[in-house]
Amino acid sequence: MTDITAGSVAIIARILMVWALGAAPAVPCVEAAEPVPALVSIAAGAFRHRPAGEYLRAGFPDDAPRVAIGIDHPFEIMRDQVSAQAYDACVAAGACGPRFGAAGQAEALPATGVSFADAQDYARWLSDGTGMIWRLPTDAEWAYAAGSRFADDGLGAKTDSANPAQRWLLEYDSVAAGAADRDPVLRPAGGFGANENGINDLAGNVWEWTSTCYSRTRASAAGEVESVTENCGVRVLEGRHRAYVTFFIQDAKGGGCSLGAPPAYLGFRLVRDPARPSPFARLRAWLGA
Amino acid sequence: MFTRRTALLGAAFAATAPVLLGRGIAAASESMTPVGLPADLSTLTRRKVELVRPPFVHEHEQVAGTGPQIIEFTMTIREQKMVIDEEGTTIQAMTFDGSVPGPLMVVHQDDYVELTLINPESNSMPHNIDFHAATGALGGGALTLINPGEQTTLRFRATRPGTFVYHCAPGGPMIPWHVVSGMNGAIMILPRDGLKNEKGEPIRYDKVVYVGEQDYYIPRDEDGNYKEYDSPGDGYSDMLEVMNGLIPTHEVFNGAVGALTGDNAMTSKVGETVLIVHSQANRDTRPHLIGGHGDYVWETGKFNNPPEKDNETWFIRGGSAGAAMYTFLQPGVYAYVNHNLIEAVSLGATAHFKVEGDWNNDLMEQVSAPGPIPRG
Repeated sequence: MTDITAGSVAIIARILMVWALGAAPAVPCVEAAEPVPALVSIAAGAFRHRPAGEYLRAGFPDDAPRVAIGIDHPFEIMRDQVSAQAYDACVAAGACGPRFGAAGQAEALPATGVSFADAQDYARWLSDGTGMIWRLPTDAEWAYAAGSRFADDGLGAKTDSANPAQRWLLEYDSVAAGAADRDPVLRPAGGFGANENGINDLAGNVWEWTSTCYSRTRASAAGEVESVTENCGVRVLEGRHRAYVTFFIQDAKGGGCSLGAPPAYLGFRLVRDPARPSPFARLRAWLGA
Repeated sequence: MFTRRTALLGAAFAATAPVLLGRGIAAASESMTPVGLPADLSTLTRRKVELVRPPFVHEHEQVAGTGPQIIEFTMTIREQKMVIDEEGTTIQAMTFDGSVPGPLMVVHQDDYVELTLINPESNSMPHNIDFHAATGALGGGALTLINPGEQTTLRFRATRPGTFVYHCAPGGPMIPWHVVSGMNGAIMILPRDGLKNEKGEPIRYDKVVYVGEQDYYIPRDEDGNYKEYDSPGDGYSDMLEVMNGLIPTHEVFNGAVGALTGDNAMTSKVGETVLIVHSQANRDTRPHLIGGHGDYVWETGKFNNPPEKDNETWFIRGGSAGAAMYTFLQPGVYAYVNHNLIEAVSLGATAHFKVEGDWNNDLMEQVSAPGPIPRG
């Protein structure tokens, strides 16, 4: 896993952008002086992962089975969460909406109070400005990159399917245990340390949006999938525990949900795809087609 | 030397005086202690009770095993900075015994409540206590005003059975400020023969919990962030401005957002009968147990009135305490909320009960788990 220096990425970005569009782009553009975020390369591979979403076995909630997931292509992920400074530059450019609770916050802190929609807007703006494809990681990519920082939400307990309350109580205790020692004070990049891949602040107090939609899988008693219903109005967040939040919500704290412990802060980091966009694809994206 | 403490002391006494004059007591006297015939309590036994931190309640009998007694309590007033939400917002709280709310005191009707109130030297302000359960002298407030470094002992007879608020009331604008800074709690005066249903038949609880709801009014800076103060007095004028707007920034159970959720959630089991005592010393509220009910509810908290039955939500008037009794019938996680749901979710008035036991499919069953809508 290697860090790629910001400067060289920026230069390459300019070259690629000019190459891709053939002329000075009309889209808002990040100046070369604007640092491209530090990235960590994640190699292709495979791992076992418990997918996000609700899983019903024979009609009763159960742990989804862990399955083998292939990461077919290497990707690069931001070493740090998108900072307040970086996000607010997008706001200043008129391409992103204001964050929740941003006033008076230090620029070096992670951008919090951002919705899934805000994160998408930022990814689009950064892609336009750098000529690279930036996007949110999928839940599986996040877990793969997070490694030991990923919190598997399997309860691992055989619950009595005739008593739905057993699982509710187990889930409640599991989330409560994770919430018990949380520190509400935001920390600058690196404040929660790096994981084994050199990625900072995973599972600190800022939850990160992923592009994965909420889903409900129905399986038979034997585990054969009978149906999957997706709801992309709700997206998966990863952090100290997995969370499902509606796409336009910027702050999930509230005063405590009806049940469970909500994420403390909502933020994000992006991945950069290795695949360079073709001029045609760039043009299509630019035209919004 | 004129210090902040001197100023606050002056403000408190100045504010108290007109009230006392208005009631025509103690105005001409050096002492605020009224003179009367001494009470003969020589035949009564004394019992000392150690108070415990809410939501827990000290051990007590539901049916009195003896005749009336003198029940001795001690409370120490603590001025202390407290964290009141998950973001770490703080208040310079004023508390009875170090918790918001103060501890629930439990006695029986016709017992004598004898409270020793201590205001340690380390505090900055005078305090007192007004028992809504007590008769005369502003609920005891006029007899208990003590400066830092002083203590006092008040005795009153618990003549009326019920749940009642107590709070600090040091005079004038100090009164609401001390109350919304956390200085309130409740006392439960049980009938000597215990609680009764609407037919007058005895009913019992297996467990009692005390939920004290608190409205806070935390000032914000120009960026909208909550301000932090070094002492109660420093935040006084800012807080008064927020208070006068009547919209709390926080509405919480037991002192802080999440004080009764997660690891601090209350517990019960199917078949267990729980009495929930709920107080709000300043502002109306409407408790509701999501997925449960109030089997017996004393909405105004006064046990000489028959309880209401089968309530969905009950109304606790600001400045009162009520009691609801419920036997859990189904396991799971229950949210106990102020059913102004904005206050429950956005301002913090949510507690949880974790209830163990067997599921009853007769009461409820998921006939068909969520799945795709069938075609055709």
